[in-house]
Amino acid sequence: MTDLAHIRSDFPILDQKMNGHPLIYLDSAATSQKPAAVIDAVADFYRNANANVHRGAYSLSNDATDLYEGARATVAGFVNADVGEIAFNRGTTSALNQVAYGWGLYNLKPGDRILLTLMEHHANIVPWQLVSRHTGAELVYVPHTGDYALDLDAFSELLDERVKVVGITAMSNVLGTINPVRRIADAAHEVGALVVVDAAQAVPHMAVDAKAMDADFLAFSGHKMLGPTGIGVLYGKAELLEAMEPAEGGGEMISDVQLESSTWAAVPHKFEAGTPPIAEAIGLAAAVDYLQAIGMDDVRDHEIEITRYALDRLGAIDGLTIFGPADVSNRGGAVSFTLADIHPHDLATILDQRGVAIRAGHHCARPLARSLNTPATARASFYVYNVLSDVDALVDGLQEAREIFGVA
Amino acid sequence: MSLNELYREVILDHYRAPRHHDHLGDPSGTAEGKNPLCGDEVTVEITLDGEVISEVAAIGVGCSISQASASMMSEAVTGKSLAEVEELVRKFKVMMAIEESDEEIVNPDRPGEALGDLEALQGVRKFPVRIKCADLPWITLQQALEAAE
Repeated sequence: MTDLAHIRSDFPILDQKMNGHPLIYLDSAATSQKPAAVIDAVADFYRNANANVHRGAYSLSNDATDLYEGARATVAGFVNADVGEIAFNRGTTSALNQVAYGWGLYNLKPGDRILLTLMEHHANIVPWQLVSRHTGAELVYVPHTGDYALDLDAFSELLDERVKVVGITAMSNVLGTINPVRRIADAAHEVGALVVVDAAQAVPHMAVDAKAMDADFLAFSGHKMLGPTGIGVLYGKAELLEAMEPAEGGGEMISDVQLESSTWAAVPHKFEAGTPPIAEAIGLAAAVDYLQAIGMDDVRDHEIEITRYALDRLGAIDGLTIFGPADVSNRGGAVSFTLADIHPHDLATILDQRGVAIRAGHHCARPLARSLNTPATARASFYVYNVLSDVDALVDGLQEAREIFGVA
Repeated sequence: MSLNELYREVILDHYRAPRHHDHLGDPSGTAEGKNPLCGDEVTVEITLDGEVISEVAAIGVGCSISQASASMMSEAVTGKSLAEVEELVRKFKVMMAIEESDEEIVNPDRPGEALGDLEALQGVRKFPVRIKCADLPWITLQQALEAAE
């Protein structure tokens, strides 16, 4: 496997004990840990370069602006976007709300359809529900197959001229499923619909090329890709961003303000109202540099190896059910499961006593949990700093859970 | 912290075989409780006979602690007067360290000493993230009582 064992020491937080055991962090799908390079980049900015941006009346502000705009260029390169197609915001949720309120609110009308998948995180559902209340557009959902893949037949049947926007996750945060976004985009564009990609799970874990995907909009978060919290990215095709209205108004995003109306700053700044997350953007750029130094193909290979090992070892536990594709080439490193009649929260508590941190619950995807007919699952998710022995610790903890609960 | 203190046999028994788990015919009060972040759910129905809770149902889905607590609560309050239930709820919340008490806890190792079988839940207080699980059925009971008034 791709040997990334040495990079574990780049993550200071992992060098600690939790409940008397070495911390084994298996919740990177919720948020990732941060390498020293990212922590230092943020601290260094506050120590040496902090000023507000785009108000270049003095050198320090110019320096801060250069760093902030440099971060934009770094992030743009990472997903093969032009620098003007990248707007910073608070996170994927904020980015998707910008599309719903900036594009959806002005372009949807009664009779139109918003086509989502049952795999969507609440962040790509609730904004569309809010917008549908204003516009009268109807929400329609594509189910998944028994193999936890997107049901492409159902997608084809549901896709018609009424569909104006397709919202799709590139990688499910619950099932791990990697969706065929390019294929979805080609079909959607045939009927004139836009494609809004939730790439919060995909961008941290695999090479993502927004142009090759032909995404119209694509959203992701810094904190899931080794970067700080509070920074997110909205990619949009240049002509769409030009035409889109800002969802938030305020300082920094205007060209001129009159008493009754205003004109907007040029793209992408018209989508960045108020003082932006400057240090966070710089930290995100450091995270991108760190990931690129490893190489996204190696990141992906490393996770495939760990995920394959996890699926094998978990699958061998009596009474354990995995909710997600069995083929590692079609999935990411989020592995959701249940174990006999032991509730996921009980699993999480038992594992926590051994220093193993997993997520338990509906993972902000209740419609999916309902379709799986299970109100909650346990989820272990992996990233660059995980090693195969982390999976062993998980399995040992699950065996203890079976003993405590007397599962035969 | 020992997992054996949390997962006492009596708790697992109530989890696997919850008591008072059938809906009542014509309850005087009903409430639905949810912990939206973790997904635990419990519905509590009560029938009042004057000042006495004559029947209780506690039906739900969720973790062993929330569902065992619901089952044990339903046993503990059946046949009790409203005043007795109020005192029981108070003592439960003191045991769980949810509420402060002026009374000194006589035996700090057994803060739930006066609560009979419910004492089995006292291990939960050492697992702060799980206290809300144990508390859910009791909050819901209080809401069902309010609905009945």
